[in-house]
Amino acid sequence: MNASVVTPIGAPVRRKEDHRFITGKGRYTDDLSRPGQAHAYFLRSPYAHARIRAIDTSAAIDMPGVVAVLTGKDLAQDGLGGLICGWMIHSKDGSPMNAGAHPALALDTVRYVGDHVAVIIAETLNAAKDAAAAVVVDYEILPAVADLAQAQAEGGPVIHDVAPRNTVFEWELGDKAGTEAAFARAAHVTAIDIVNNRLAPNPMEPRAAIGDYDAGDDAFTLWTTSQNPHVARLVLSAFVGLAPENKLRVIAPDVGGGFGSKIFIYAEETVCAWASKRVGRPVKWTCERGEAFLCDAHGRDHITRGELALDGEGRILGFRVKTTANMGAYLSTFSSCVPTYLYATLLSGQYAIPAIYCEVDAVYTNTAPVDAYRGAGRPEATFLVERIIDKAARELGMDPAEMRRRNFVTAFPHQTPVIMCYDAGDYGASLDKALALADYTGFPARKAEAERRGRLRGIGLSAYIEACGIAPSAAVGSLGAGVGLWESAEVRVNPTGNVEVLTGSHSHGQGHETTFAQLVSARLGIPIDQVSVVHGDTDKVQFGMGTYGSRSGAVGMSAIVKALDKVEAKAKKIAAHVLEASEGDIEFKDGRFTVAGTDRGLAFAEVALNAYVAHKFPTSEIEPGLKEGAFYDPSNFTFPAGCHVCELEVDPETGVTQIVNWVAVDDFGTVINPMIVEGQVHGGIAQGVGQALMERVAYDNDGQLVTGSYMDYQMPRAEDLPSFTLGLTETRCPSNPLGMKGCGEAGAIAAPPAVINALTDALGTQDISMPATPAKLWAVAQARVTRRAAE
Amino acid sequence: MTKISLTVNGKSVSAEVEPRTLLVQFLREKLLLTGTHVGCDTSQCGACVVHVDGSAVKSCTMLAVQADGARVTTIEGIAQGGVLHPMQEAFREHHGLQCGFCTPGMIMSALDMVNRLGPILDESAIRENLDGNLCRCTGYHNIVKAIAAGAAAMGANPTRAAAE
Ligand code: FES
Ligand code: FES
Repeated sequence: MNASVVTPIGAPVRRKEDHRFITGKGRYTDDLSRPGQAHAYFLRSPYAHARIRAIDTSAAIDMPGVVAVLTGKDLAQDGLGGLICGWMIHSKDGSPMNAGAHPALALDTVRYVGDHVAVIIAETLNAAKDAAAAVVVDYEILPAVADLAQAQAEGGPVIHDVAPRNTVFEWELGDKAGTEAAFARAAHVTAIDIVNNRLAPNPMEPRAAIGDYDAGDDAFTLWTTSQNPHVARLVLSAFVGLAPENKLRVIAPDVGGGFGSKIFIYAEETVCAWASKRVGRPVKWTCERGEAFLCDAHGRDHITRGELALDGEGRILGFRVKTTANMGAYLSTFSSCVPTYLYATLLSGQYAIPAIYCEVDAVYTNTAPVDAYRGAGRPEATFLVERIIDKAARELGMDPAEMRRRNFVTAFPHQTPVIMCYDAGDYGASLDKALALADYTGFPARKAEAERRGRLRGIGLSAYIEACGIAPSAAVGSLGAGVGLWESAEVRVNPTGNVEVLTGSHSHGQGHETTFAQLVSARLGIPIDQVSVVHGDTDKVQFGMGTYGSRSGAVGMSAIVKALDKVEAKAKKIAAHVLEASEGDIEFKDGRFTVAGTDRGLAFAEVALNAYVAHKFPTSEIEPGLKEGAFYDPSNFTFPAGCHVCELEVDPETGVTQIVNWVAVDDFGTVINPMIVEGQVHGGIAQGVGQALMERVAYDNDGQLVTGSYMDYQMPRAEDLPSFTLGLTETRCPSNPLGMKGCGEAGAIAAPPAVINALTDALGTQDISMPATPAKLWAVAQARVTRRAAE
Repeated sequence: MTKISLTVNGKSVSAEVEPRTLLVQFLREKLLLTGTHVGCDTSQCGACVVHVDGSAVKSCTMLAVQADGARVTTIEGIAQGGVLHPMQEAFREHHGLQCGFCTPGMIMSALDMVNRLGPILDESAIRENLDGNLCRCTGYHNIVKAIAAGAAAMGANPTRAAAE
């Protein structure tokens, strides 16, 4: 579609931002340099747990090119506070969570391999690295615990004194007594034990930061790879105490993927900003991939036991869940809400479950902090629900599709026993469409054919739901959030009729410059190339909550719609005066304001010009100009849902899995740009397949990271994945003006159980854990051969 | 410091470099050609792929001094006279990028693939030959489509296809 046309909602408009990326003109943080900048390198702890007796920086300071060597003492001397966790969780007994201090540079203790000990600032990165080797740290090595299953043992290592048995909180949700009663009358109980493997988010752009203190204005500028620059500014200002908000500008330019890991406020950007004042020069830091594995917040890492109570017909009566969630060594920015309100609230899945009870223990270990990663809590919930229902179906001898259908929520709104009220959906429709696209009924023939070739073929379903459009501010506030989760927008119409849209959302691959412009183009009837989207700079956009949790469409675009409503209302008033008609007679359609029933009218740009020239309306009644802002606070979460079907083959001789077909049918409500939405689904599935088949962050017993590079941590490559077959069903979201639900996390949520369910089908055992590597599957396949031979 | 002279995107360049300088550092920091990216430190991701004397090279894995006398082409050098290369067009048309960070390396690898295997590339050949490039955003689906289409367009219009 050509850039100089009006772009309707629902059109696969090609992306406006692509030109700079395909020509090498993207502007990522590491591409930027400030005059006079120095380079920072962080000295990191080689031990998982140690007391720092002393740090001797004297030799390092004397090395050539070294500007400064700073430690936690210097940070404390300047009165800077530690990093925070912005969501308060209370334990069952009402006590607040046990949050240990989280200094940006360690004070007296290091708690994971990679923890920040000192920063070396030098003329060049090489000089900083050379000097880092000359810093002498006297460590007293302490016993460490890296294994989640061991972390709560009595008498084990204590990571923070405030958290006995390393327990951050013991939280619960749901109806315990009601759930017990459901189990008491169950005809069948299915139980499952799950390890939700720990993942490294791995956006391809490593994190980076440039801090630049301007002594003339006593103000800081921080360029950083952030998904939410305003939240970063708020935290650095209000909690860390770096500078007041009006003296701190945070810019997140082009950001190369985030997947959650760039939501958080980390030590490195905090230190770069602070140090730039200390050394009087801009300070730049770019993460190396090895450091990213050590220090970017990881995702998932749960151990869970789930039990499902069923009646004699396969209807779910109750669901009981006990999860232990790894928080790592410190509570990262939003870590505490992930295994609680983003997890247990989705345990009803797509199903009408009368009683649910969930307990979650959050636990410190001597590992990198764990926080939100694509889906954040919802993939963990979906994996559990979709695995246990599949297992139950097989135990009861029912078809897994039929088992799901029997338990679907079919009437809306539907209040689950775990807070959420599903507003709209048609789960039967997405299941039916997915089964048809996957030729589900033809599967037995394909399995038999594969068997003749010596391959084990399986098919697996995943009927996922997620809660997006995060989130109604009062609701999350009542659950412990430290912030509101609305979004802001400003629509600035220029005198010549082109438009800038300022948004508090942030794009790091999602294509907001296109979809947001597409929305404005459609609404105002002006060509899309006359709409620019401005984001990612706290000096340009007043405030915003950023992009995560698939919120930019449902919340961010809703704010734009609100601002557009105001623009249109004001423009109508102006048009009425110019056209000498009454305001009630002015209609706006296809970019023209017309007097109803006449051919008299004005183009949008003519009204814009009149708004600024201000000759033809009384400025005592109508202010000149055409610029409107809006804050939109959602009234509910949104509930995207759908059904994915994975069909795969395992080679029993090698244990290698080949995914032969993937069908995804999703209900995202209204879709603005299907091309971009499909891209989001593809990427999500790839990450989910990565979790299911290959990805796992591993620490050894001493807390050393074993998977510290792409040599040891397997990322999905092109050959590991098939092309995907995508379909949509649509129920509008009733709670926002566009009817959008969000699509960013669906694939990552839906995919892992689809893969594992297909593997259990192929191999005839429920005992398959993630990641299902060839070594594991080979052992399972060989055991199966032996078992069969014995029979 | 060592003096090197080479051709980058058709222009001759000479510079003094520290011997440990990687080619990618030289391109990004000295020549300010920041389209070539660094995504890893173990030669695994391919964000840094450029062409050296017509072949794809991971510029994080080559010293700048090794490129002395060579002809280097980066992502900035493949559009001609303001006209996008057909492979660039194809990535845009087929939504072969999201965050764009892997994209320069993907495009340079794709061009190398066409140079080696010709313009008719099927899905499995493309997937196999993308082995050295990681993308975390796209799931590769649209990258594969883009490369097939870009390759075909290069085959149909060989003059526009010549990048170096
Ligand atoms: S930067 Fe990753 S391969 Fe070169
Ligand atoms: S587009 Fe983001 S890594 Fe490929």
